[in-house]
Amino acid sequence: MTNNLIIKPAYLIAKDIKDKKNSQGEVYSFFEKRISQHNASLNAFVDLYKNNFDNQSNSNLTGVPIAIKDNICIKGKKITCASKILKYYQAVYDATVIKKLKSSGLSLIGTTNMDEFAFGSSTENSCYGPTKNPWDKTRVVGGSSGGSAAAVSARLVPFALGSDTGGSIRQPASFCGVVGLKPTYGRVSRYGLVAFGSSLDQIGPITTNIKDCAYLLNIISGFDQNDSTSAKVADPDFTKSLGQDVASLRIGLPKEYFDQDLNSEIKETLDQAIIFFKKKNIQFKKISLPHTQYSVPTYYIIASSEASSNLQRFDGIRYGYRAKADDLWQIYQKSRSQGFGDEAKRRVFLGTYSLSSGYYDAYYLKALKVRRLIKNDFDQAFKEVDAILTPTTPTAAFKIGEKIKDPLSMYLSDIYTISSNLAGIPAVSLPCGFTKDNLPLGMQLIAKDYDEATLIKLGDAFQQDTDFHKKIPELKNV
Amino acid sequence: MIDKERVEYIAKLAKININDQESEFLSSQLSKIIDYIDKLKEVDTKGIKPLRSLSTGQPLMREDKAKNNLAKDDILKNAPACLDSFFKIPRVIK
Repeated sequence: MTNNLIIKPAYLIAKDIKDKKNSQGEVYSFFEKRISQHNASLNAFVDLYKNNFDNQSNSNLTGVPIAIKDNICIKGKKITCASKILKYYQAVYDATVIKKLKSSGLSLIGTTNMDEFAFGSSTENSCYGPTKNPWDKTRVVGGSSGGSAAAVSARLVPFALGSDTGGSIRQPASFCGVVGLKPTYGRVSRYGLVAFGSSLDQIGPITTNIKDCAYLLNIISGFDQNDSTSAKVADPDFTKSLGQDVASLRIGLPKEYFDQDLNSEIKETLDQAIIFFKKKNIQFKKISLPHTQYSVPTYYIIASSEASSNLQRFDGIRYGYRAKADDLWQIYQKSRSQGFGDEAKRRVFLGTYSLSSGYYDAYYLKALKVRRLIKNDFDQAFKEVDAILTPTTPTAAFKIGEKIKDPLSMYLSDIYTISSNLAGIPAVSLPCGFTKDNLPLGMQLIAKDYDEATLIKLGDAFQQDTDFHKKIPELKNV
Repeated sequence: MIDKERVEYIAKLAKININDQESEFLSSQLSKIIDYIDKLKEVDTKGIKPLRSLSTGQPLMREDKAKNNLAKDDILKNAPACLDSFFKIPRVIK
């Protein structure tokens, strides 16, 4: 009976609990056992909670275990951002999303691996070591929410939360063959998310299918007065977008994403997806997002500048690692030098440089202006189309170690995901095929501000008739 | 191009110690990244307003009311050194 928990969507696991076909405890132990069998070889989880179920509240996800990225605060638990500097930090309050999960009766089962402070696209920059891709353990899972994506892909947990600053939910979801959605900036409260790039960060769901994504998004969305950038907008019931007719929707194909450099296997799978949608009477339109090529440089200035500012709080005084030193100045310098990993240092340096006197106008201010142009491109495009279809990543999962020594090539693995963070708009990655080596590939759908509903509608129509999302990597028992 | 001297100056601003070898390494890595970023110079941004915030409308204010916030003891548990209810640091006034 419990074996089909691997193939069952989270909302149906919850229904079985409600119908007393399963108990919360049975479900929890099932996933605990799966984690104990497979986590050692995947390194997806960094902390596990024992017997953390028995929820009284009543929602349509009550009793379902969920994993949380190690940068979202859970009161009383170790939250480390996979960093050395926060290795012993215990969160003193619940993030708003955690409060919402708890009050909806979900069972928090543990925290997942990531790139240190979410700086990275492979989960290799972690003080816990890299997470391995369940489809091929010699390959990366993507990042920075790599632990969450791997855990969901291997069905060690039905779903998870990640955070996305430049693709950190969608890129690992694509590499692991699962669904990852970055909501509109402001849709989900950032209160309790350890800040990386405050104008870009969003928390979002990583799930095996789009229906679970809709259910989970319903729970975590909403205005929060503890986050001054949280939006006072209506929160629709996203599950109402499931099973809806998609005929007459218009999808744009930006020519800048479908150029001659696009990987041929990825192009073929996207062509298949386009044929699928055309059969559903969706109209396709060629569009242009002319500033696409500037999104990566714009992003690395803005994200690093915000990161360098956000990371100033790690000074060894109030929390985190403190190096031994005799004077205050040395405490700051030594704690930060010894406590930050290489990529964190690189970002702080790049950000400090872009913000420093004499360079501010040429870099930071310039990037803010180009960011406006990138957003204008999308505003223009959404006058003609309801959604935009692109690849999620330029390649399938690459080898562990392949890019870690070359930061620029690592940065370029987010080339298709970064623009939606700069523009603040929602985007989802959906499994849409496999390479000849059996590595998952993803397509990205992007919509206008606060229109996650269209993404869910399209994603559900796609998953009704395809089974890419139902493929589960084979794991050998350890 | 970010030379070693500039890297050492940034290190000071960022309060991160680096040794000679690291500053050489960072100088070469950051220079490569900046070379790539310099692509932005070709974009004509004359008259374009910088996009500072994605939030539309007025910033939302909270009522100016005291609330039960975080517990002092919980906060101090994370402090590397404390004395009573204070964070402890080395003497700054000589």
